[in-house]
Amino acid sequence: MSTPLPAPADAPIDDLPVTLVVNGKTFHGRCEPRRLLVDFLREDLGLTGTHAGCEHGICGACTVLIDGQASRTCTLLAVQASGARIVTVEGLAQGETLHPLQQCFHEHHALQCGFCTPGMLLTAIDFLHGHPNPDETEVREAMSAAVCRCTGYAGIVNAVMAAARLGPMPLPAGALPD
Amino acid sequence: MKPPRFQYHAPGSIPEAIDHLAAYGGDARLLSGGQSLVPMLNFRLVEPRALIDLARIPGLAGIRDGDPLVIGAMTRQRALEDSPIIARRAPLMREALRWVGHLPTRSRGTIGGSIAHADPAAELPLVLVTCEGSVCVQGPSGSRSIAADELFESMFSTRIAADEILTEVHLPAAVTGGRYGFDEYARRHGDFAIVAVAVSLEPTAAGPLRARLGASGVGQVPQRLRTAEAVLEAQGLTAGSIAAAATQAAEAVDPVGDANGSADYRRHILKTLLERTLARTAATA
Repeated sequence: MSTPLPAPADAPIDDLPVTLVVNGKTFHGRCEPRRLLVDFLREDLGLTGTHAGCEHGICGACTVLIDGQASRTCTLLAVQASGARIVTVEGLAQGETLHPLQQCFHEHHALQCGFCTPGMLLTAIDFLHGHPNPDETEVREAMSAAVCRCTGYAGIVNAVMAAARLGPMPLPAGALPD
Repeated sequence: MKPPRFQYHAPGSIPEAIDHLAAYGGDARLLSGGQSLVPMLNFRLVEPRALIDLARIPGLAGIRDGDPLVIGAMTRQRALEDSPIIARRAPLMREALRWVGHLPTRSRGTIGGSIAHADPAAELPLVLVTCEGSVCVQGPSGSRSIAADELFESMFSTRIAADEILTEVHLPAAVTGGRYGFDEYARRHGDFAIVAVAVSLEPTAAGPLRARLGASGVGQVPQRLRTAEAVLEAQGLTAGSIAAAATQAAEAVDPVGDANGSADYRRHILKTLLERTLARTAATA
């Protein structure tokens, strides 16, 4: 991926190749180095479930799983992520059947406008995968990684606690190499 | 809210990265985890001609047990958090890590990036200063070591030269019988601290306690609280000595007031937080 040295001041900035495995499917693309991963997912791959909120790493709306770990995609360049396995919210439901955490969000009124929900879900999946029996304080601390302006968080905390009671949280299919 | 245009290089070795850095003559930025740099690019607070991504350099991430512990600059904060070596040998850092941003930012953020960025409120620089660690940097004329108390120059500024790359963090290992504590006060969990304190209480062969205390948010760079250390080393750990140490620490610092808290407020938080953290740490087995 390196370019020859030294790059003159007026050197053209070439598009670079980006390969991602998103929700188990391989995508090859090219983009400017400055393309943020959230924009690559939404605009180049058409996966608009990942939402761009604050665009500086604070609100968590753009959170996805990268190689099995919840990560912001507005503070990551697409070229940095090249080679990674990514799970977005589109990778959670199986057809018409919601992911168990999505079902808990539905049952506990954990969303109103839904803008923050994709990031909330992927933040919670990573947390629950690593913390099988959390108490409410731990859930609140973990979910403070994402901002919701509708619910007041009570429904979100209840939904995550309910999902924890269902048993261990596996990572979604395609999160890690087979 | 989108980054400006830049060239992107992902060198495969440290010498190649140093060559890239030299070729841009100070107009390139090193990219590690990007959790501070990419937001700065998004806001266009920085507009470098090139980014040099260190993530594809083999061997720049990893933790080597020993005394000191040697931690590769590209080691992700989350890998530190999950490491049994860090849990056993660097308990102060382990405790500080849960205060570093949030889990999704620790997935990407690195130890080297956090230290080189030198945010005055960041946790990992405070741990490095309190534990008397050092960093190894490499440049065109070779490598050198910089001690933590020399490293941080002022806010967001270190003594790493523009043509050098931070490659390793060296952290003295915890000692048997040592007690360590970290706490901070912020408005919300995950925000940068208004004040943070780090406490290391170690037994010595000669008998008296060795106390190392540090704080951030009370100066331009993380501070050692040496007058408070002297109180504890002279008087031992009692409720009275802890209260006296906290009072003296607050009198000795010279905080800068800002929108998050006046200088007096920061002194007050330091006193309360230090007293509380010392009492809690002293009470651990």
